[in-house]
Amino acid sequence: MHRFANPARFLRIAALIQPWSVAVAVLALGAGLWFSLFASPADYQQGETVRIMYIHVPSAWMGMFCYTAMAVFSAMALIWKHPLADLLARATAPVGAAFTFVCLVTGALWGKPMWGTWWVWDARLTSMLLLLFLYLGYMALADAFDDPERGQKAAAILALVGVVNVPIIKWSVDWWNTLHQPASVVKMGGPAIDAAMMVPLILMAVGFKAYWVVVLILRARAEIAGAKLRTLRMAQIHAAGQLEQPRAEQGGS
Amino acid sequence: MTRFLEIIRRDLRLALRQGSDSIMVVTFFVLTVVLFPFGIGPESGILERVAAGVLWVTALLASLLSLDRLFQADYEDGSLELLVLTPAPLEVAVAAKVAAHWLTTGVPLLVAAPVLAVLLHLNADAFGVLMLTMLIGTPVLSLIGAIGAALVLGARRGGVLLSLLILPLYVPVLIFGVGAIDAAAQGLSAKPHLLILGGLLVGALPLAPFATAAALRQALE
Repeated sequence: MHRFANPARFLRIAALIQPWSVAVAVLALGAGLWFSLFASPADYQQGETVRIMYIHVPSAWMGMFCYTAMAVFSAMALIWKHPLADLLARATAPVGAAFTFVCLVTGALWGKPMWGTWWVWDARLTSMLLLLFLYLGYMALADAFDDPERGQKAAAILALVGVVNVPIIKWSVDWWNTLHQPASVVKMGGPAIDAAMMVPLILMAVGFKAYWVVVLILRARAEIAGAKLRTLRMAQIHAAGQLEQPRAEQGGS
Repeated sequence: MTRFLEIIRRDLRLALRQGSDSIMVVTFFVLTVVLFPFGIGPESGILERVAAGVLWVTALLASLLSLDRLFQADYEDGSLELLVLTPAPLEVAVAAKVAAHWLTTGVPLLVAAPVLAVLLHLNADAFGVLMLTMLIGTPVLSLIGAIGAALVLGARRGGVLLSLLILPLYVPVLIFGVGAIDAAAQGLSAKPHLLILGGLLVGALPLAPFATAAALRQALE
């Protein structure tokens, strides 16, 4: 893993991965959307609203996945002090926050016709809302310091503290027997949903993951390029300052 | 252990001499709770129903209010750096600071809670459980809050940021604290809620000082 901490090597590998991840994201999302909107059966109970699930469920997975990834990157950044891990954790946060938000909104849109209410204070919904707040707290903390490195480290510790919420979300439906239905895809004894619905679900999940990889690489490259620019500019300023100095002294005397 | 007690003694002495912190926290607690009968009407039925929630939410906010003083003063005058440099592990110092914080803010809340519960017509059966939840819950608030207080040292807009970081982490304490009181008020067993609350305390007690110490170290780097 330490091999990949080198920004130059990372950039080379990222340049290799990026076209593939873009292709996977476009194909999987395109096919997934087609399957979920047209080529999959309506549910016998939920009717057409089941199609909201193909966005809702993968976004929920992404919300938790991104937080876990962020925590892992943060742990790597704190333990081995890899600047690249910091960067990746920071690049993941907005993606995770956006997917968590999408999950909450689509959940509300589905809940209105199905449950008869936009929102219930159910354990799963509440813990997901807290996840969104954790993301927001992470991003706010990372930006709250004049020294970006300091904000980065503080945010990394916060990410690790907040990771206790992820298992709570995962098992909230089993621990508290409330309105949100229990897990039906990843559970003991195989998935409880039909293959025709499984296809769009998996495609969308893969597409979302690939999208995350695309965004991650884009943001990491932009950030590395930005750091290079800053160094160059600093060097320029220093060089200019050294030229200026003797002249200023002459002017003063 | 002696260092642990010394730090507690120092913080208590500072709190006594400077005075205001504990009184401010209790005053905030009392004033906010007193606002509720004005806001939602003085009918005893409604107040009785919401008493547990109001008491816990305001206790939570009062605790939050006192947090930015936890390390800020030491950070500004440099004594925090000395604490980090002492040979004893920083985790011990953090645990002592948290204990002192609980003694100066948690215990006053504990004392004020039953009086306010009377004002809110809380069911008489629930008083014992209210005290128990406060006794178990307020140390958890101090422990979790210390992490946030250490993280925002030196940040811009530290106070607002602190609430964004800490309030989501306070939610479990709120849920089970209120759950226990409600259960007791309705004649059910409060034990499961109290056990989970105790579990939160047992979990936070060893883990929170580590996170806080890590945050303090990087704040002083």
